[in-house]
Amino acid sequence: MRVHDLTIDGVAVSAPEGTTVLDAARKKGIYIPHLCDRPDLKPVGVCRMCTVEVEGKGLVISCKTPVRDGMVVRTESEGVSKVRQVALELLIADHDSDCLTCAKDTNCSLQRVARHVGVDSPRLARIRRERDRRPLDTSNPFFDFDPNRCILCGICVRTCDELQNINAIDYTFRGTKTLIAGFGNRPRIETNCESCGECVVRCPVGALVPKDSRQPSKLVRTICSFCGCGCGMLLGVRDGEIVSAAGDFKNPASRGRLCVKGRYGYRYVNSPERLTTPLVKRDGEFIPVGWDEALDLVAEKFSESMGDSFATIASAKCTNEENYVVQKFTRVVMGTNNIDHCARL
Amino acid sequence: MKKDTRSLLVCQGSMCISGKSRAIQEALEKKVAGTQMDGDVEVKLIGCHGFCQQGPLVIVEPEATCYTGVTVEDVDDIVQSDLRDGQVVERLLFHDPETGSPIASYHDIPFYGAQTKLLLRHCGLINPEDIDDYLGVGGYEALGSVLERPDGREVLAELKASQLRGRGGGGFPAWRKWEACLDADGDEKFVVCNADEGDPGAFMDRSILEGDPHAVLEGMSIAGFTVGARKGYIYVRAEYPLAVERLRVAIDQARRRGYLGSDILGSGFSFDVEVFLGAGAFVCGESTALTLSIEGKRGLPKAAPRPRTTEVGLFDKPTLLNNVKTFAFVPLILAQGGEWFARIGTEGSKGTATFALSGHVVNCGLIEVPMGITLRKIIYEIGGGVPEGKAFKAVQTGGPSGGCLPESFLDTPVDYDSLLQAGSMMGSGGMVVMNEDTCMVDVARYFLQFTERESCGQCVHCRLGTKQMLTILEEITRGEGKPGDVEFLVQIGEAVNAGSLCGLGQSAANPVLTTIRYFLDEYEAHIVEGRCPARSCKALISFQILPDKCIGCMLCAKACPVDAIAGERKSVHVIDQGKCIRCGMCEEACPSRYSAVERTSGSLAEGGEEA
Amino acid sequence: MAGLATTLGSGAMTNSIEELGDAATILALGTNTTAAHPIVALRVKDAVVKGAKLIVANPKEIDLCRFADQFIQHKAGTDVALLMGMMRVIVDEGLHDQEFIAERTEDFELLRASLKGFDLETAERLTGVPREKIAEAARTYATNKPASIIYCMGITQHIHGTNNVMAVSNLALLTGSIGKPYTGVNPLRGQNNVQGACDMGALPNVYPGYRPVVDPGVRDAFETAWDCSLSPTPGLTHTEIFDLVGEGRITALYVIGENPILSEANAGKVKKDIEKAGFMVVQDLFMSETAQLADVVLPGASFAEKDGTFTNTERRIQRVRQAIDPVGDAKPDWWITAEIAKRLNAKGFDFTGPEEIMAEIAEVVPAYGGVTYARLEQVGLQWPCPSEDHPGTPILHVERFGTPTGKGRFMPLEHVPSAESPNEEYPLLLTTDRSLYHFHGTMTRRVYGLNILEGEELVKINPEDAVTYGIENGDVIRVASRRGEVEAKVLVTDTCPPGTVSMSFHFAEVPTNVLTCSELDPVAKTPATKVCAVRVESL
Repeated sequence: MRVHDLTIDGVAVSAPEGTTVLDAARKKGIYIPHLCDRPDLKPVGVCRMCTVEVEGKGLVISCKTPVRDGMVVRTESEGVSKVRQVALELLIADHDSDCLTCAKDTNCSLQRVARHVGVDSPRLARIRRERDRRPLDTSNPFFDFDPNRCILCGICVRTCDELQNINAIDYTFRGTKTLIAGFGNRPRIETNCESCGECVVRCPVGALVPKDSRQPSKLVRTICSFCGCGCGMLLGVRDGEIVSAAGDFKNPASRGRLCVKGRYGYRYVNSPERLTTPLVKRDGEFIPVGWDEALDLVAEKFSESMGDSFATIASAKCTNEENYVVQKFTRVVMGTNNIDHCARL
Repeated sequence: MKKDTRSLLVCQGSMCISGKSRAIQEALEKKVAGTQMDGDVEVKLIGCHGFCQQGPLVIVEPEATCYTGVTVEDVDDIVQSDLRDGQVVERLLFHDPETGSPIASYHDIPFYGAQTKLLLRHCGLINPEDIDDYLGVGGYEALGSVLERPDGREVLAELKASQLRGRGGGGFPAWRKWEACLDADGDEKFVVCNADEGDPGAFMDRSILEGDPHAVLEGMSIAGFTVGARKGYIYVRAEYPLAVERLRVAIDQARRRGYLGSDILGSGFSFDVEVFLGAGAFVCGESTALTLSIEGKRGLPKAAPRPRTTEVGLFDKPTLLNNVKTFAFVPLILAQGGEWFARIGTEGSKGTATFALSGHVVNCGLIEVPMGITLRKIIYEIGGGVPEGKAFKAVQTGGPSGGCLPESFLDTPVDYDSLLQAGSMMGSGGMVVMNEDTCMVDVARYFLQFTERESCGQCVHCRLGTKQMLTILEEITRGEGKPGDVEFLVQIGEAVNAGSLCGLGQSAANPVLTTIRYFLDEYEAHIVEGRCPARSCKALISFQILPDKCIGCMLCAKACPVDAIAGERKSVHVIDQGKCIRCGMCEEACPSRYSAVERTSGSLAEGGEEA
Repeated sequence: MAGLATTLGSGAMTNSIEELGDAATILALGTNTTAAHPIVALRVKDAVVKGAKLIVANPKEIDLCRFADQFIQHKAGTDVALLMGMMRVIVDEGLHDQEFIAERTEDFELLRASLKGFDLETAERLTGVPREKIAEAARTYATNKPASIIYCMGITQHIHGTNNVMAVSNLALLTGSIGKPYTGVNPLRGQNNVQGACDMGALPNVYPGYRPVVDPGVRDAFETAWDCSLSPTPGLTHTEIFDLVGEGRITALYVIGENPILSEANAGKVKKDIEKAGFMVVQDLFMSETAQLADVVLPGASFAEKDGTFTNTERRIQRVRQAIDPVGDAKPDWWITAEIAKRLNAKGFDFTGPEEIMAEIAEVVPAYGGVTYARLEQVGLQWPCPSEDHPGTPILHVERFGTPTGKGRFMPLEHVPSAESPNEEYPLLLTTDRSLYHFHGTMTRRVYGLNILEGEELVKINPEDAVTYGIENGDVIRVASRRGEVEAKVLVTDTCPPGTVSMSFHFAEVPTNVLTCSELDPVAKTPATKVCAVRVESL
């Protein structure tokens, strides 16, 4: 494949044909502010934040401009900053200002762009005014949408379209009334949304956030417990509880994606209905007992049914190791091949 | 006076129809039939004749007698006096505003005199609902001769020779677009006619579709043959029911006569046209949004850089997309030759331009002028100047994305490049004249309100920048402007123009930037002095009754909707400024011989507020 | 599974999930992929976006049909007729891969002979699908390569499920669409570790690694490895076990992480059987309907509370890691089982943890021979992975099949009517399906949000049938079969063809499986839950 040599802010960069200037800069570690671009989605160029100056061409958006041999790109110039800074101020003026209570605080693309670009304080003060608050869409049981924090980058719309092929949401209305919602401004619960949460993951600001989200204190890489896809996931742990699940982009089976069960279904783990102690039935009632007592009883009773009067129903939910141990137990200890599981259901 | 065949042409452009021209036509038909002249006289409908200010119009051909402001009651007179007795009905003629003398032939009316009708040559001449009328003036002959050629290369050559530039506003050379579409790879291509005319006050495209629909269809068919497309779409606003209806009639007739459909005129070439109704979003006039809209998607412009529509257009196929006027020019250029066309106009802009002339001008209407004509000539000769003796202040061209030019630009030649240089643009052909009573800050606010509402909402600059500029302009017109606002407006405006995603956003700030450039003093008067020099912004004006002029007739007090005027008969009236809503009813009610109500702005207004 | 083991030598997915994205043709049979395997469905959609032809064959109009070029809505239980009809077209039109057949397969003539009975007219009559559509699908699959087949329970859960599976493998062998990238016969396995549980020998007839218990040589090897003597008699399957529990011939039952009262076909009978168990231990996360009948209930640790491995549908062995301590006094299942074994004085259960267990697995299961936790640290391995330096096997059967002869075996097949056909008393066919929002139910029903998204069973019925039986959308109706009855709310939808009703089996309130038929496929012993005859009554 043809490789193009260009310079970005004086740094020599080589990139294969078809690479965008933004991607080429990203790979080289040069930060070009952007809000609506994501490597896994087609660029649309609506945030205008990635505007750069290309010698001989003037201002272009780097997310859609392919690299060319000999291109001289400047990420900073008077023209660039004119366009970019005003765009940033316009967005900030149209955005909620209570960052401290926002779930995305410190992890927000708008904050990052703001830090990089900076604002003209008097101008921002002039255009920042009381806004009419728009109602939240809290209809989905797993996440909320707050249009007052939405920057209309369209990432959620494109995720739903390009990645999930669901098309539950789209732009609705126009001008400053533009809103991302279900068809006919329906709440998300009334659309064909499958609650996969891929849009929530990708939202660069605090417009789409999980309900009752707590930041995990550590992440554990593991595999989803529902279907046979075997999706990789990162479980977020805090204070001995699972508080989040995220797709594992390193997993070759799922490549970072999860469905509604994978992303939100882990909550059964911390269900108050979990069994927490061995139980023995006496006179029709379950009595909590210690492990030793329970296991002694089980061993005693099993020893009365050795051979083919014993059977094990193993589980396709358990690990390989557990299935191995239980079949070995059934065959070696109980002396029977009566072991099966729900392979056929 | 004995005549062979005379035609009574009843203008049925949208504006004359709103003046009941349909009833006039019916009455004429009945009357003519009743007077046993029907063998010699035909009554037929025509599309917009152009002189909308004076409608409804009835034209008598071949004399070219132009009856203006006709009503159903006038029908008897026209038939009996003119047709039967050969006496022109003088009271219905246009009267020269200066001399007051009647002018019978429209050729002699200055409004028509300075025009060159190429595009509008059939409008007001033929019946747009009758294909035979079109055929009678040489219609579809260009298509016929094109189809005899092996391919569209000769069409391209003529188009190139004509130097025709696309009439949608951008002014891209038409032949290059056609050639690019011809050269694009693809087994399927489309021709799309952009009839999504959305500029406030513009009605050129509508008038052509209403008055000469076959010319557009013929142009599209020729385009289809040239670039290799078999299917065309006309994207027309649903707000144009008459244009849609006439297009459908024309398509139906063309199909039945073999000018559309399969194997046109036995040539083996097939081409058909479908009318697609737009739902009224201004942004759908932008080419990429328009094609998305036809595909059934939300009409959103696609950001550049992107492939040209000629390569990846409708349904991702190579697509030739031109404006109504561009297509309508094509049969004429092929009939008369490209070089003939190139002799009209200026170096860079060939042919004629059509404008919907409106605003503070005596003769509003649809006009066509050669490129290079000055603004002055259009406004004063064709338009008849500013009415009521008011002074000219500005002219706005190019629709909401255009700019406002002051008097010093009146001698600017009208062509693509000169207008652009002056800070405005050709646009698709709106031209609004403004008199001295127009507040330029308010004009900017008006156009911004339009673009803000019609922004597609995609890109940050256009969606939020127009809103911010609008809010600041509203504050200025309310007297709440702050020092530094002009600078902020310029900064935001320049960022919006430089940063927006599509052509609409990239010109959205033009009304603000040009009014600031040419009428900065008006902005400053609003912001610094709290004064509206045009005495137009309600929050900054007040009405006073001049004691020395008031005779106490009570007329103003009766007219006041909020009972803000106190005073007995024969005693001087006083306006309660606290109650006054500045509607101006008192000013209108006060007889002009007294002119006792004075509109003021500035220090007096402030004093009024204190009172 | 048994079907593919016979014809190909392995019952697992032949190719990888990721490859689906680059297939030119995908034939999706009896799989409601977007609901049951959402992430696999994403790859299918990727392929469609890249221009692949998707053929969906399903009695119901499933969500995946939105992306399909061809939708074949055949009568439930007529998969063999459909596939054999397609093969007949392929052979008649010479679209089969003769070179592949000659070099890599055997018994083609047997198949060719049995195709005689499947001319398009017959196929159309049996399946209810217009012959042109069958022929079009056949041509697309045979010519637009690489072509991949995915299928699921809609193929296997029939009395003739093994035949269905063998028909699928016949089709792939016929066109040579197997053993190559982006092709294959790909059964999508339901549970997260159903593949692994099978690999580990949690099956009555095979030891770990699918080695038959009836083979004396194999038995010897395991007796040596495990230092014990083993029963030469194959064990009983799931359904058979409950029969014998009911008959009192099995007196002790050890149930781990399963809820047969809800998930087993003919669940009413299963419940009665279990109630007769002399002694039952249930190890579970929750007090399931089955656990309530147990004598001892032991709290197991969830997937987030233990280490181990799962093997997914594409044979990928992946690490499960402990994220939190088990709730309360819950314990990992391996620990519990090993503790019981130790109390019965057994040797070979002194495992310190799963890694040690995996080391033993690697010793006794050749396909897992190269698997270590160290290697699984970064990314999973697809079996067979026989040695530490083996990279794993994304595609099976590249050079030879796993059959004794190394060749893919064609199987002659006949159309067998479903176990239960509708009659006057039970005029409708019931088929079961899964929802996107639930798994079997024990876990997902305990997630609040999932119950908001889908909180109750809905009996899906075609509008025509709704009119016939005087039922309206939202009515609560009774659905009855020869075995039992349930009451549930109705969703009138044309995604169900006339004559068919559809229900899920996630909701304990509506135990759909009391209706289903537990008659078994004679080979695989899979119950025929996908088809049973029912009647509906408005209440």
